[in-house]
Amino acid sequence: MSSRESILSKIKASQPEQRALPGLTGLNLQVDLVFQKYREVLTSIGGTVVEVGSFDEIKTFIMSEYNTSLRLITTLPELADIAETGWLEADPHSLSDVELTIIRGVFGVAENGAVWLTEKEMGQRVAPFICQNLAIVIQKENIVADLHLAYERIGNEENNFSTFLAGPSKTADIEQSLVLGAHGSRSLVVFVL
Amino acid sequence: MQHSEAADIFNKDVERTTWHDETLWWVRQKRDKVAFQIPEWESLRETASQIKNNVLSNLHDYLVSFEEQAIRNGVKVHWAADAEEHNQIVLSILRENNINSLSKSKSMLTEECHMNEFLSHNGIDVIDTDLGERIVQLRQEPPSHIVMPAIHLKKEDVSDTFHEHLNTEKGNNDPQYLTEVARHHLREKFLERKLALTGVNFAVAETGEFVVCTNEGNADMGAHLADVHIACMGFEKIIPKREHLGVFLRLLARSATGQPITTYSSHFRKPREGQQMHIVIVDNGRSTQLGRKDFRNSLKCIRCAACMNTCPVYRRSGGHSYHNAVAGPIGSILAPNLDMTKFADLPFASTLCGSCSNVCPVKIDIHDQLYKWRQVLVQSGHAPTVKKLGMKAMNFTFSHPAAYQLGGSVGRKIMKALPFLVNNGMNPWFKNREMPEPPSESFRDWYKKNRKK
Ligand code: SF4
Repeated sequence: MSSRESILSKIKASQPEQRALPGLTGLNLQVDLVFQKYREVLTSIGGTVVEVGSFDEIKTFIMSEYNTSLRLITTLPELADIAETGWLEADPHSLSDVELTIIRGVFGVAENGAVWLTEKEMGQRVAPFICQNLAIVIQKENIVADLHLAYERIGNEENNFSTFLAGPSKTADIEQSLVLGAHGSRSLVVFVL
Repeated sequence: MQHSEAADIFNKDVERTTWHDETLWWVRQKRDKVAFQIPEWESLRETASQIKNNVLSNLHDYLVSFEEQAIRNGVKVHWAADAEEHNQIVLSILRENNINSLSKSKSMLTEECHMNEFLSHNGIDVIDTDLGERIVQLRQEPPSHIVMPAIHLKKEDVSDTFHEHLNTEKGNNDPQYLTEVARHHLREKFLERKLALTGVNFAVAETGEFVVCTNEGNADMGAHLADVHIACMGFEKIIPKREHLGVFLRLLARSATGQPITTYSSHFRKPREGQQMHIVIVDNGRSTQLGRKDFRNSLKCIRCAACMNTCPVYRRSGGHSYHNAVAGPIGSILAPNLDMTKFADLPFASTLCGSCSNVCPVKIDIHDQLYKWRQVLVQSGHAPTVKKLGMKAMNFTFSHPAAYQLGGSVGRKIMKALPFLVNNGMNPWFKNREMPEPPSESFRDWYKKNRKK
């Protein structure tokens, strides 16, 4: 008997009697001001929320806050004049020198500050991780209160790879001192349009 | 070495023990703070517990469905009956691809399987990429905690280790500086390693996707740069549907470190273009535990470590004292399932205060299971000798009421007159504890005098 068969048959013989799945109602977090909550939580985990009215404002912010002599990449055609767009098919290793990645996020989650990203928005899977700094653009109306609503929204979508990304990469492995910028991006700015 | 002996050694450094104790308690308090901000917290725990109960009763079908979906997604699925087979599978994937080094993100399962030792004996270089795991790997130590692997070390220790292996400035203990050096060191590895191995936090039966949670981003850096991604999971990681992730992801990081969610909660469904993706599903004693009615609930665990952070024994004895990959209260339930002789001491390394069960996000009856293990171990002749004598006496006393009453009044007298008889080496409870003042009269005496007049 293969291990697969023997494991499965042992499980079948040992598993307890049927227990029903619970419903997922009554678990939602009451959030009155979804955007304010999102900003508060993301700020508390080391991210920055920047409210903007247009892509021009995003550009102005980027030009003044980042070192634009280094490599900037984006998936957004609106930003093609300040950042590279031709990297989508490149070897992912070639992104190791990226200073700033700017991508779109699908929606934000107020209770934990996360942004939902799928492979489509990332351009390449490694793009939001390998960069020194990350900026994500979301629409103000696309912020949900909690994770249950988030998964409702995702539904049965078939994404090959996707992630909830909440704040800059961090570690507290040395004596519980919080340090931003472990392996992923050192900073995260979420532009809310 | 048994837990109590190892704990003795740990406790020799009083200052460090106190610091360890306080650090973990601080993490526990962070957990409380965020949990109290969620009015529906208790319903969430109850729901998570019920989902996991459903999982245990449907594991067979859920695993079959998960496998089917994963294969449809282009993932290769392997099954390993034990640690040995798990390690062989990983090795054979490496060999097939002519790869002799890999980057690994945190996976307690590979610790349980002693995979690093096995692979290095076979000429494979494994580099741990979680900062805490890298620190203990350089020191040739196992992790002492499942979420914070280097929690037993102070920054001076890390500084010395990095100075020796990574050429950092001697005596520079700044965590920012040390982390920055590790970032550069490990970035090089991510860029050169062709194979990445990760753990799995949740595997969704409905979709065949699996979720990996990290704060550092090491699982993603490894997986998205490697040609081959291997994800290893104990079979209990399965959950029925994607929507259930909402429940578990809300609980996991809050229970673990007091964060609202980990920085990255990555959902892997299909390999990247041109990439190979493997999933290794491991039993290694889990199906036996599933058959143990009293202990199967331990398979509901989502490895948040809240039970360790809150445990007065863990906090004052350190993770290494448990001589098992998973330490603390939950480790003490899982370990005897694998080897009753070797781990007979662990269920006794608890005060049964119940704090673990109170914080557990999936409501495992941890302290009850520890108590039940003690009985199983004593009955099957596995209990450590000192405890066995104590338990036998207790058993005799409790089943003979007259002896109980007499014993009580004699005991109170002995403790007053000759406290060293109780506070001696045969009474493991005395270590680092003053025995409480004996009450001047027992409840029974008091009741007789005052209420039965
Ligand atoms: S037993 Fe419960 S508290 Fe302990 S690690 Fe597992 S899930 Fe967390």
